Amino acid sequence: MTKSVLAPSPHLRSPKTIETAMYSVIVALVPAAVVGTYFFGLNAVRVMVVSILGCLVVEGFVLRLRGRGLSTLKDGSAILTGLLLAMNLPSSSPVWMVLIGCIVAILVGKQVYGGLGYNPFNPALVARVFLLISFPVAMTTWPEPGVFSLSLDTVTKATPLGAMKTNLLLHGNLGDIAHMSLLDPFMGRMGGSLGEVSAIALLLGGIFLLARGVITWHIPGSFLATVFAMTGLFWLINPQKYASPFLHLVTGGLLLGAIFMATDYVTSPVTTKGMIVFGVGCGAITVFIRLFGGYPEGVSFAILLMNSVTPIIDRYTRPTVFGYSPAKEVNA
Amino acid sequence: MKRQFHGGVHPHYHKETRDLAIRSIPLPGELAVSLSQHIGAPAKAIVSKGDRVLKYQPIAEPSGFVSAGLHAPVSGTVKGVKPMLHPSGRFIPAILIEPDGLDEAEDTSRHADPGLEKGPEAWKEMVRNAGVVGMGGAAFPTHVKLNPPEDKPIDLVVANGVECEPFLTADHRLMLEDPGPIIGGLRLTMEIVGAGRVIVAIEANKLDAAEKIRSMDLPPGCEVVVLPVRYPQGAEKQLIFALTGRQVPSGGLPMDVGVIVQNVGTLAAIHQAVTMGRPLVERVMTLGGTLPKGPGNYLVAVGTPLSHIIETTGGLQGPAARIISGGPMMGLPLSGFESSMTKGTSGLLVFGARDFRELKPRPCVRCGSCVRACPANLLPYTLGNMVEWDHFHDLEEYHIRDCIECGCCTYICPADRNLVQYIRQGKAELLARSRSK
Ligand code: SF4
Ligand code: SF4
Repeated sequence: MTKSVLAPSPHLRSPKTIETAMYSVIVALVPAAVVGTYFFGLNAVRVMVVSILGCLVVEGFVLRLRGRGLSTLKDGSAILTGLLLAMNLPSSSPVWMVLIGCIVAILVGKQVYGGLGYNPFNPALVARVFLLISFPVAMTTWPEPGVFSLSLDTVTKATPLGAMKTNLLLHGNLGDIAHMSLLDPFMGRMGGSLGEVSAIALLLGGIFLLARGVITWHIPGSFLATVFAMTGLFWLINPQKYASPFLHLVTGGLLLGAIFMATDYVTSPVTTKGMIVFGVGCGAITVFIRLFGGYPEGVSFAILLMNSVTPIIDRYTRPTVFGYSPAKEVNA
Repeated sequence: MKRQFHGGVHPHYHKETRDLAIRSIPLPGELAVSLSQHIGAPAKAIVSKGDRVLKYQPIAEPSGFVSAGLHAPVSGTVKGVKPMLHPSGRFIPAILIEPDGLDEAEDTSRHADPGLEKGPEAWKEMVRNAGVVGMGGAAFPTHVKLNPPEDKPIDLVVANGVECEPFLTADHRLMLEDPGPIIGGLRLTMEIVGAGRVIVAIEANKLDAAEKIRSMDLPPGCEVVVLPVRYPQGAEKQLIFALTGRQVPSGGLPMDVGVIVQNVGTLAAIHQAVTMGRPLVERVMTLGGTLPKGPGNYLVAVGTPLSHIIETTGGLQGPAARIISGGPMMGLPLSGFESSMTKGTSGLLVFGARDFRELKPRPCVRCGSCVRACPANLLPYTLGNMVEWDHFHDLEEYHIRDCIECGCCTYICPADRNLVQYIRQGKAELLARSRSK
């Protein structure tokens, strides 16, 4: 006798799963992690390892408590949250601070809502902003990037955006920063969180994700285009006071945020139109905070704010159902 | 300029049987011709146990307008009319016939119009008498399609040779090996509905078939259009949109935008019905999947038990874990080979356990893949969630009825959510509610 399964159609499934998506993003972050390690040394490795292990332990602990078994530990989402959190921290972050970040990310950012799929905010960003508000000094002390060193000492260096803000406040203009070479931030030689400093590494990861179909261009594209257009406009109006749009593109957490954080499935819109609205919103808020706000950098806040309106965006960008547009003849 | 319909997916098309010429299957010891072979009311049997029937002789008549008659696929003896397992999984009465091996056929030429002199009205009647139904899968009675109301003029006939389901190659072989009747059926359909334009639509993975059709003597105004390979290109509404940019209105039919779509096999059947008076008693189907030892394209008599097809083609290479009637995207799952061929059986696919990965359905991660894949522009994840959480009241607002059940959303979902199944459940619930009101 045959024992055939009576599963309903479709009988074929795409090989892509949550796991393949999560691990693809993790792989896509490898170049940035390598550059971070090259410039910030063992400190960077330490922060990444602590953050990933911390998130896994907290996730495992909560799953145990909820009697869910540990199966979802393997879906890669906790590892990804840990890695993303690390990318968003200075390499000098103390272990205890990273661990607090892990607890906030998994517990407050994800599990209180019911776990993967239900969280309204990007967990890594929730943790980053929590740490930024709680420990502002530790979170904005940027080690000087150097060629790989085993030293755990830190020499601090401002981020380009931070330096611009300071100059602007003190002197009313951007100072030397306006003329800084774009090559350094492009390669990764600037102050900043350990994963955000190298534009080229982040772009490589982004291309990989686009090619594998893990993300689409809509969110990063509209996000970056908006930042570029808006900062470009201000720059044309007054280049003494506003930095060039190219500088804005490659500095701060913009690329990391646009490619890896704003595209988080769970917390961004699902409709194509909605993704563009979301990206434009993230871009506009980022620019407002960078140019007019109290913080030099606004990507995290922008994404979190837009996360909160994702449900509304989804509701108002529903596609027109097939059969409801008037007949249009294209090739009569 | 061709237009792309929104969404769709690209499953590996697995057309391994594409080069295998159509062969006949020997007759089985007994045929079970189901009274329910098409969408609409089942036919009524007009023979009873002990009757001798000739090949092509009517054995059941349509019961209502949306219904089609049945004819004996062989000469032999009626062994009875009794409930038999149907591909739908239910037991439905079937006429059992034991072939006598003589293959004595009724003289069908007296019903025929070989010179095509009698005109559209007579032809429609012939198609109806021949029990022709759509052979692409849904099995809608063809004469109904050929009878659009006066106020719906038809300007375009589409011959659907897209065959977008993976694994199926029966239409491909038919176009390649015997395109004459297809073109003949196309001319007849044009005249019956009074259309001035024809498009033969074929997917780009069958360029040889497109070339073959192009080389034929085509009716005036006939275009052969090669479409990109994308599922569900062959779905009527998506096909019409891709070819013309016209959107069949929600709840409407192709005739609402002046189009009639006929599968290529159906067109050939129309031609045979009119020029030879020959009813639809056999069809080409694909035997495929990973397990059959003799995969290929076979000409099979309607009523042939599926087990007979498996046995006469060499059997299986291992235990069957999944048996599908039709294509892998929309086909019906079968529990075994107990049921028999119907006019709508386009394929029989058999797979082993190793051909499927284990599914782990999880909560939606809102990746949006299903939204991008849905050719009806729906939000499958929302519909799925609503049904899962018993929020039935908003389903209509989210246009659940416009779902064509193509399965793209389920195919693509990385969380392994069986979205179409939720949607079918939701539709059933709405139906039950409207009945109880
Ligand atoms: S099955 Fe329905 S909801 Fe899913 S993709 Fe097809 S039309 Fe859209
Ligand atoms: S494809 Fe699956 S996981 Fe993605 S949005 Fe649709 S239902 Fe959710």
